[in-house]
Amino acid sequence: MLNATLIKKLRDFELDIDLSVNDGEVMVLLGENGSGKSTVLNLLSGLLVPDEGNIILNNIELFSSEKGIFVPPEERNIGYVFQNYALFPHMTVFDNISFGLRMRRIPKNQFNEEVDRFLEDLGIAHVKCERVTNLSGGQRQRVALARALIIRPHLLLLDEPLTALDQSAREKIRLELRTQLVNSNQPSILVTHSLKDARIIGDKVMMLEKGKVIWSGKASDLKSLSTIPDDSAVNFVSEEYISFSGIAID
Amino acid sequence: MKTTIAIIIFALIIIITILFFTLPLFSLLLRISPEDFIAAILDPDVNNAIMLSLITAAMATTIIVLLGTPIAYLNARYEYRGRNFVETLLDLPIVLPPSVAGLALLVLFGRRGLIGGFLNDIGITIIFTTFAVVLAQVFVAGPLYIRQAKTAFAMVDRVYENAARTLGAGPFVTFVKVTIPLAWTGLVSGVILGFARGIGEFGATIMVAGNLPGKTQTMPLAIYGMMQSDLTASIALSIVLIAMSCIILIIIRILSGRSS
Repeated sequence: MLNATLIKKLRDFELDIDLSVNDGEVMVLLGENGSGKSTVLNLLSGLLVPDEGNIILNNIELFSSEKGIFVPPEERNIGYVFQNYALFPHMTVFDNISFGLRMRRIPKNQFNEEVDRFLEDLGIAHVKCERVTNLSGGQRQRVALARALIIRPHLLLLDEPLTALDQSAREKIRLELRTQLVNSNQPSILVTHSLKDARIIGDKVMMLEKGKVIWSGKASDLKSLSTIPDDSAVNFVSEEYISFSGIAID
Repeated sequence: MKTTIAIIIFALIIIITILFFTLPLFSLLLRISPEDFIAAILDPDVNNAIMLSLITAAMATTIIVLLGTPIAYLNARYEYRGRNFVETLLDLPIVLPPSVAGLALLVLFGRRGLIGGFLNDIGITIIFTTFAVVLAQVFVAGPLYIRQAKTAFAMVDRVYENAARTLGAGPFVTFVKVTIPLAWTGLVSGVILGFARGIGEFGATIMVAGNLPGKTQTMPLAIYGMMQSDLTASIALSIVLIAMSCIILIIIRILSGRSS
């Protein structure tokens, strides 16, 4: 389980957010570009340092401004699927997926089987020895997911995992992704600017604008705009946001 | 009519330019027979100069890579106060006349120099030794490598390093397993450029190391030293250097083609 309070002064605004995500639960951060969504992921993974706050994952404190605790990213065991995937272009699919296991000094004969199982599960066994530069968008997305999941992360972060895909691949992978995230049973946080991604993949949704949460609730409440809670202020903000901002309703 | 004249003038300028840069080199090739070339190359002094050049340039390149890589990475990745100033200082030897570089090294490492004086007290002499040749090469060729390496590191997208960190790699392992392989082509080009500059070093070397056959006489110094006594040997050495330069240029072209 993840509990975090993050405060970070950014160039144009201050990010201030409280998060709580249970095991097997998918939290979606929804917002337009520059709303601070990706920064939240970087703060949680340790790639950025919050100015204030704390991060507690499975009862272990990864960051505390008060106690001066900062666990570096390589020791947090957090899986991160980057936007555009960030697959190592000088490595094969196998080497990409096994990278995290090699860093944990797991012997090759032990992780071979594990990698093969992931490749099979994700339907990409046939590209095992390919350079990642030769893969399609959908295949890259699966390799990135496998690379992040194989380390059995305590938390999985996904930054716009579907935007690099074409429309038809996106429809198919969206449902797959939901199943994989729920089955892998760690808390997951997915960043998107698509309402549809949020509705289908998420359990909980937080809408961000300029670093602040402007609406939060169940993903099912997003099914139609009219079912967004009766609070008129929130409703107004959400509708306006959806009508005029960069959130995609595809 | 006017157009024809313009084309003729244009073509003439092109031909003159190409001839100007290639004719001197061809004239060297035409001046020596293959037999004389082989005989000259086998001459012990010529041979020593070739070996000394290769060894000192290899040593200088190794030192340059060890010293230059960290600062190239620092300048590519981190903003810090005074970075522009540091970069300008490091670029200085590229534009500095080699004789000035030589004199500066002589003043620093000479027997009464800032460091040379101290070393002299504990019985170490640098000036006019093979090590002085290496020092001169490091001084003039290092900045070329540092510049190239900095560009190579700057072109590596940080997201790959971030991905490696989240997968469990510490900063050093990330540097070795991800950053260096991704910057590899640029780094190798930098190494080759540095090596080439080191092999060709003349001005600073002759001032700080002298022209002692077998000890400090590298190929460019031997060409200069033998020019009056044994022109054939000078020409043979020049041809070896031209061949090396061609090979280096071809390698860099292949590498830059691959990286683009």
